[in-house]
Amino acid sequence: MAAGVSTDIRGGMNRPPRATRWARTIDGRALTVLALALLVITSFGSLFIGVSDVTPLDVLRLDNSDHQTRVFIESRVPRLMAILLSGSAMSVSGLIMQTLVRNRFVAPSTAGTVSSASLGLVVASIWFGSASIFLKMSIAVLFAMVGTLVFLALVQRMKHADIIVVPLIGIMFGGVVQATATFFAFKYDLLQSLNAWINGDFSGTLRGRYELLYLVGALTAVTYLFANRFTLVGMGREFAINLGVHFERVLYGGLCLVSLVSAVVVVVVGSIPFLGLVVPNLVTMAMGDNLRRVLPATAISGAFFVLVCDILSRTIRYPYEVPVGSIVGVGGGLVFIILVLRSRSVGN
Amino acid sequence: MIEIDRVTKRYGTTTVVDDVSLTIPPGGVTALVGANGAGKSTLLSIIGRTLRPEAGTVRVDGLDVAKTPGATLARRLSILRQENQVAVRITVRELVEFGRFPYSGGRLTREDLDHVDRAIEYLQLEQFANRPLDRLSGGQRQRAFIAMVLCQDTDYMLLDEPLNNLDMRHAAQTMTLIRQMAKDLQKTIVVVIHDINFAAFHADRIVAMKDGRIVADGSPQSIITPGTLKDVFEIDVPVHEVAGRPLAVYFA
Ligand SMILES: Nc1ncnc2c1ncn2[C@@H]1O[C@H](COP(=O)(O)OP(=O)(O)OP(=O)(O)O)[C@@H](O)[C@H]1O
Ligand SMILES: [Mg+2]
Repeated sequence: MAAGVSTDIRGGMNRPPRATRWARTIDGRALTVLALALLVITSFGSLFIGVSDVTPLDVLRLDNSDHQTRVFIESRVPRLMAILLSGSAMSVSGLIMQTLVRNRFVAPSTAGTVSSASLGLVVASIWFGSASIFLKMSIAVLFAMVGTLVFLALVQRMKHADIIVVPLIGIMFGGVVQATATFFAFKYDLLQSLNAWINGDFSGTLRGRYELLYLVGALTAVTYLFANRFTLVGMGREFAINLGVHFERVLYGGLCLVSLVSAVVVVVVGSIPFLGLVVPNLVTMAMGDNLRRVLPATAISGAFFVLVCDILSRTIRYPYEVPVGSIVGVGGGLVFIILVLRSRSVGN
Repeated sequence: MIEIDRVTKRYGTTTVVDDVSLTIPPGGVTALVGANGAGKSTLLSIIGRTLRPEAGTVRVDGLDVAKTPGATLARRLSILRQENQVAVRITVRELVEFGRFPYSGGRLTREDLDHVDRAIEYLQLEQFANRPLDRLSGGQRQRAFIAMVLCQDTDYMLLDEPLNNLDMRHAAQTMTLIRQMAKDLQKTIVVVIHDINFAAFHADRIVAMKDGRIVADGSPQSIITPGTLKDVFEIDVPVHEVAGRPLAVYFA
């Protein structure tokens, strides 16, 4: 078609394409595979860090009555799985939230998810005190999900708000909910258990308490199937509709999905501050915003980031543990401030 | 065929598209002209189903655009918007590849890739293919969006001011490309143009809008006359004949 056009309209400038930071990416796929390999190696190593000395040989003996083997199966493996699953789930949730809401500073920690989960836990403890732990968790998940959706619905209504104002409102919204939770926790003497629960910490991860995270892992994997749709929705309503994407369905379906995922992680593991904010921002800064391309990298980086922080938390004050949330908080907070300053100076 | 039947769009109490009916037969380039705020973009968005009218229906090939599944329509009808600002950091190539989304859902086939390459070549974007959209000039970005719509390869194309930001050469080449697609591939193209002379040169038909209504409709020769231009734009424009075509000299 139109063959005559292309011959005479070719310009004279044949200078090579100017390489850009992420367009020239040393083949995104190779990088992702490399990161994955690094993650696997580090994961393997982390299995053998801890108060009880467990060596690979102990595990190979595969003797169930053996203390070392039991520590390994009851504690080390669950802990590792919890770290990997929650790290990737939180980062991916943050990435998708940011894409759908079209704001780089929205994430579970700035969207009221964590504080709503706290409120849910308090409510569950006060009124359903005798219920099973699973039911209590479900109530908290429900609260977290509803809280997140309320905030996101709020954001949808103020499309032209300043990019920084949106997360600020989220933090304020979270503050109000948190204050309510604290008030009731104080009144019913639940403050300590609430704090213990909500602070991100993997030391309590044992078999029988973290399996919900496998559901989260599955849901995170499912998001990959919708990666293109999420990107298109992020490019705007008209743009998405033109390409046959059901805009509202993808937007609200996606937001429900990531609210659910982050709610479960917060309830099972506790809050890991800034994770959903910092990891996706760093990855997209390097690789662009095409979710199909950055989603796997984000999942891997998130898992790796939490894994490293967890190893630090176990070794800094060995044989004691510092809550992983504190470690992530310090590092993540710094990066977050840098990101905000950068976005201000670039004017985006 | 595009059949627009008594379409009305209001914002509050102001009617911006007022009971418009229009039929556009398959094949050919139709230019939509009119003053700022005449309702051109609004009408185009309604045809392209991104905007719901208060009344009336639009059918494309007999399919009601308000009721047909979006995925089906995306393979028949594409729309290029007037404003194409995106904050999303993707490359030109990734953008153009999205044009194939209605067909492949993202897993590009050999054929899809051929379409992508061809679209990039037609718009001379080879040297920018791997560059992020936010590091292009306004005209280069506009060409990337045109390439994406081209890549969507639909029978009906609605282009809202495709020549925005384009230099003389690229504007002329883009219009030539549009005309050839209509001629060689039987595409039906509706294009909003402000430069009436481009419409005169490349369109088969000109439809003029004013205050939400269609006030003139016909061949370039019949529309580009001092009388009609005065009706539509409310200025006096001398019209000369150059190379057998009307040329409106509207610069002063
Ligand atoms: N969201 C809106 N709310 C209120 N009025 C609107 C809205 N969008 C458009 N309008 C009004 O509708 C009228 C038609 O707008 P439209 O964009 O269709 O004009 P146009 O013919 O494409 O103009 P231009 O040549 O400037 O692109 C204008 O008067 C505009 O002010
Ligand atoms: Mg317009």
